[in-house]
Amino acid sequence: MNQLSVNNLSLVFSFALVLIGVAISEREKLNLTKDIFYSIARAVIQLIIVGYLLKYIFRVNNVVLTSAMSFFIVLNAAWNAYKRNPNQHKRYLDSLIAIFVSTYVTMGVLIASGAIKFVPSQIIPISGMIASNSMVGIGLCYRSMNQQFHDQHQQILEKLALGADKKLASLPILRASIKTAMQPTIDSAKTVGLVSLPGMMSGLIFAGVDPVRAIKYQIMVTFMLMTTTSLGSIIAGYAAYQNYFNAQDQLIDG
Amino acid sequence: MSILTMRQVDFVVEEKPIINGINLQVNSGDYLTISGPSGGGKSTLLKLIATLLTPTSGEILFNNQAQASYPTTDYRKEVSYCFQQPTLFGETVQDNLAFPFLVRGKAFEQAKVDHLLDLVDLPESYLTKKITELSGGERQRVALIRNLIFLPKVLLLDEVTVGLDSASKAIVKKLIQRVHADGVTILLVTHESDILAQAQQVIWIKEGKIVDESAISQ
Repeated sequence: MNQLSVNNLSLVFSFALVLIGVAISEREKLNLTKDIFYSIARAVIQLIIVGYLLKYIFRVNNVVLTSAMSFFIVLNAAWNAYKRNPNQHKRYLDSLIAIFVSTYVTMGVLIASGAIKFVPSQIIPISGMIASNSMVGIGLCYRSMNQQFHDQHQQILEKLALGADKKLASLPILRASIKTAMQPTIDSAKTVGLVSLPGMMSGLIFAGVDPVRAIKYQIMVTFMLMTTTSLGSIIAGYAAYQNYFNAQDQLIDG
Repeated sequence: MSILTMRQVDFVVEEKPIINGINLQVNSGDYLTISGPSGGGKSTLLKLIATLLTPTSGEILFNNQAQASYPTTDYRKEVSYCFQQPTLFGETVQDNLAFPFLVRGKAFEQAKVDHLLDLVDLPESYLTKKITELSGGERQRVALIRNLIFLPKVLLLDEVTVGLDSASKAIVKKLIQRVHADGVTILLVTHESDILAQAQQVIWIKEGKIVDESAISQ
C-alpha cells in the first residue's frame, strides 16, 4: 500500500531543484542566493529535529507531552503572528489569545465530533495546520489594519472629534481587515479540488488511501480552516485596533 | 460664566514646546478668533481643547470641571472640533450626516438634516450625492453641518474658510454667525481679516504663547 520511496539519494538529487532557483537568482541579480541557502538549511535542520521529536512523542503517546507539543506550536504561531504586526504598540497577548482560542475551539469540535482522536499522530499535525492558518490570517489582518490606520488617519480623527468612541471610529477598518484576513481561505476553498489538491489530501493519496476517503479529510480540513481563520482574525482584529488608541480615546502618534 | 478655562497649559513634543504656558478664559456665548503666524500653535490649541491631544502640563476646565473628569466621547459631543480641509467618509453625503445620529444611537431625522442643508445652500437631493462629486466648498459645508446636527456648547473651527470661493465663504460666515446667535461659543482659527472682524475678541498666538489679546467693539 505504501508506495512512498523518498530515500536519501533521491533527496540529494532533488536538491538540484534548489540549484535552479539559485541559478535564476544569480542570473537575474536578485541577490537571493544567500537567503535561499539559509532558508533551505534552516528547513532541513528544523525538519530533521521535528522528525525525530515526533517519532519519540508518537512512541511515548503521553497526553501531557502531546498537549505540550501542541501548545508549543501555538506559542510559536502566536509569536510569528505578533512579529508580522507593524504597529509599534502591538501586544503578544493579543496574538496568543487569538491563536489559542481559534486552534483549541476548532480542535475541540473535531475531537468532540469524533473526526480526530486525541493521539499525538493526529493532534500534533492538526495543531500545526490550524495554528499556521490562523497565524497567516492574523498576520494579514494586522498588516491590512496598520495600512488603513495610516491611510485613514484623518478620517479617524474626524470621527473621534464628532464624539465617536474608538470602536465606532475604527469599525470600517476593522471589518476590512478581517475580510482581508479571511479572503485567501475563502478563495482557496472555492478552488480546492479544481486547482489545488491540498496538503492533507495529497498526503493521503501519496500514502495510498482511496481518493474518495481522502476527500472526506479534506472537507473536514476546509471546514476547520474556515473556522480557525475567522475566529483568529476576529479575536486578533478586535484586540489589535485598540492598540492604536490611548486611554483618552486619542490616536497614538496622531 | 466661564465655559472654558486654560491654566498654565503646556504641550511639548520631543522636548519642543508647541504650547507654552497658556492661560485663557472663554465665557459662554463668546466669539473668539485666534490668529498668528503659521506653526505658532493655533491648531494645537484647538486640538487640546477638543481632547484630541492631552496637555503635557496645566489644566483645561469645561464648565469649571476638569476636562479629564468628563467621559471623552460625551465631552467631544459638547465641544466639537471642525478640521481645516476636513475629510468626508463613506460614499455619500448621507453617510456623513447620519454619523452624528449613529454616534448618539438615535434615528436619522430627515427634517433636521434638510434644514441644515438649506442653511448652507445645498439642495436636499445632495443627501444621496457621492462625496467624490462635491466641490471643495461643498465638502467644507457638509463637514461643518456634520458638526452642527446636534448643536454643541462650544464649536472649534480650524481655518474652515481657507481655500473657499467667495460664495462658499459667505455661506460659511453666515452659518457661523447664526450658530453664535443660537448661543454656541465659537473659537475660530483664522488669518482672514473679514472673519477676524466678525468676532468679539481676537487673540494672537506666536511660538505657543498668547502675545496679544484685544476686544473688538461690535
